Amino acid sequence: MNVHEYQAKDVFRKYGIPVPSNVPLMDPAGAKAAAEKLIAETGNEVVVVKAQIHAGGRGKAGGVKVVKGAEAAQKAANEIFGKVLVTPQTGPEGKKVGRLLIEQGLGIDRELYLALALDREKRRVAIMASTEGGVEIEEVAHKTPEKIVKVWIDPAVGLQQYQARQVGFGLGLSGEALKDLGKILPAMERLFMKEDCSQVEINPLIVTKDNRVMALDAKVNFDENAEFRHKEWSAWRDLSEEVEVELEAKAAGLSYIQLEGNIGCLVNGAGLAMATMDIIKHYGGQPANFLDVGGGASKEAVTKAFKIILASESVKGIFVNIFGGIAQCDVIAAGVIAASKEVGLKVPLVVRLEGTNVELGRKLLDESGLAITSAATMGDGARKIVELVKGS
Amino acid sequence: MSILVNRDTKVLVQGITGAYGGNHARWCMEYGTKIVGGITPGKGGQKFEDKVPIFNTVAEAIDKTGADASMIFVPPPFAADAILEAIDAGVKLVICITEGIPATDMIGVRRVLEGQSKTRLIGPNCPGVITPGQCKIGIMPGHIHKVGNVGVVSRSGTLTYEAVGQLTALGIGQSTCVGIGGDPVNGTDFVDVLRLYNADPDTHAVIMIGEIGGSAEEQAAAYIKSEFKKPVCGFIAGTTAPPGKRMGHAGAIISGGKGTAGDKIAALKDAGVKIAPTPSDLGTTLKSLL
Repeated sequence: MNVHEYQAKDVFRKYGIPVPSNVPLMDPAGAKAAAEKLIAETGNEVVVVKAQIHAGGRGKAGGVKVVKGAEAAQKAANEIFGKVLVTPQTGPEGKKVGRLLIEQGLGIDRELYLALALDREKRRVAIMASTEGGVEIEEVAHKTPEKIVKVWIDPAVGLQQYQARQVGFGLGLSGEALKDLGKILPAMERLFMKEDCSQVEINPLIVTKDNRVMALDAKVNFDENAEFRHKEWSAWRDLSEEVEVELEAKAAGLSYIQLEGNIGCLVNGAGLAMATMDIIKHYGGQPANFLDVGGGASKEAVTKAFKIILASESVKGIFVNIFGGIAQCDVIAAGVIAASKEVGLKVPLVVRLEGTNVELGRKLLDESGLAITSAATMGDGARKIVELVKGS
Repeated sequence: MSILVNRDTKVLVQGITGAYGGNHARWCMEYGTKIVGGITPGKGGQKFEDKVPIFNTVAEAIDKTGADASMIFVPPPFAADAILEAIDAGVKLVICITEGIPATDMIGVRRVLEGQSKTRLIGPNCPGVITPGQCKIGIMPGHIHKVGNVGVVSRSGTLTYEAVGQLTALGIGQSTCVGIGGDPVNGTDFVDVLRLYNADPDTHAVIMIGEIGGSAEEQAAAYIKSEFKKPVCGFIAGTTAPPGKRMGHAGAIISGGKGTAGDKIAALKDAGVKIAPTPSDLGTTLKSLL
């Protein structure tokens, strides 16, 4: 789960990680007052107006403006708010700006990169730092791997000060800045573990002209598996950043991701669901979605899943691919039939059932009176749905 | 022979009194698995299905039954604790079926696993392990399996069933099938299972099913290239998955350009693994290697 920069910075503050003074806004009207407050507080005329969207690359897309004075801040806020920003991370359709962050301007000496992430190979949290702030870390890793400092946190003893010094010296810090980092890194470790993050990224982490370290940007991703112990997360969700139908599916216990194609897929199990997308593409079709109804799918969950697929206008055909293990074929069949009858089935439907209670499931489908093409294998089913969709 | 489990394996079930754990415990018993005890704190002294004794702690269960494996169905908030309890009690094989355990919990569990050598953890978020005709510890449908000599190791549950179903339909049986799970931090990797298959005289060939995310498949490819002696058929799910999207499994995500299906397939091909052109060709591709 992603949150906005201003929300991430609130979490940073809670853990004592220094961030610039700022005021988040849900509409541009308060920009002038916010800027006046910051200017009075810091004695600095420079303020920054930042678009709040769940994507990086905002600066180059015109979503960040550095201005002087409250009037100019208001003007910049009016310009950015409501604008559609297209960045390498938003996709071609871009993202509309619905929230702003007004922030104090700072005298920057150096821009660095700092992140904590789960290293899957070592099964530990890794700290990655680089002197190349403001640049995508993947790019740095690819072109100049020697510029990345990496240390791994042993969960038994936690981050050690020698490791923080390793990172600090690696970044060329000294004096107050080195001391600051010695406090920031353990704070980030605590934040990562306590808040159940999958990634915490500061890009750039800045060294100010008076040699202090501060997080100029903040990105936090949470591990959704830990949602049960973070009731506060639901209030942090920005629903306008999420695909509505994906949220609806999640509420029903389904894992659904919308894709570009026109063949709807209903599958049990994440691996089989991915493989079903792959085989549709192999035979020349384009999957409209990833959909895993889960292991112990109930009739209601399947009905809901089928309705979600049918609600999409781009869907020109549906492929149901089930290998019943815990999920029982008759239950899946009953859900498919119920949804088809309720919503009305106007596109070709190919069903491949295998596994537990398969005979019962096939019988239900045969007797349903629905126009269903049955398939013997998943390959057979994929071929059939691709042909049917091409022909329609 | 087989790997990990056989007809003599004595199994505990942590979370046996839950609806999910109870059903699967019953189905495993019906398959022939020796379920010797269950653990539900506070229900010690009771019996499951009037025959399986329930204990308050894993330590007590081990002491009274001499079990060597444990199957965990405890819900996500308490699952890491259940795994740690099993490790502490010295259970040799812990198979955690639970899906949705926070990664921060598993980082700690993994650290404890690395500090000892008695317990092996399979999973979490996995279908379990089955040696057909002998022992089923997990949620896979037993009836699709057949006794034989092909090992199946996979990160995905239903895709494993798909492979097994295809093999059985072709008359090819399995030695032991292992689901290693779809989470980013797990207990046992492809390489660990491949080492066991390599040493098992009754495993003649292997189907290995990976998916996008992480680098476990690349590590497996390196191991296969240098040491593995038996033919391998491979498949990687997620060739068409878009980057940055979590495809159901917590571990199935392409991030920062890493963990793509293309990279994994290239590494496996380089190691001499025959890649099934589609997931519907797993059985026939394996057959062509025998």
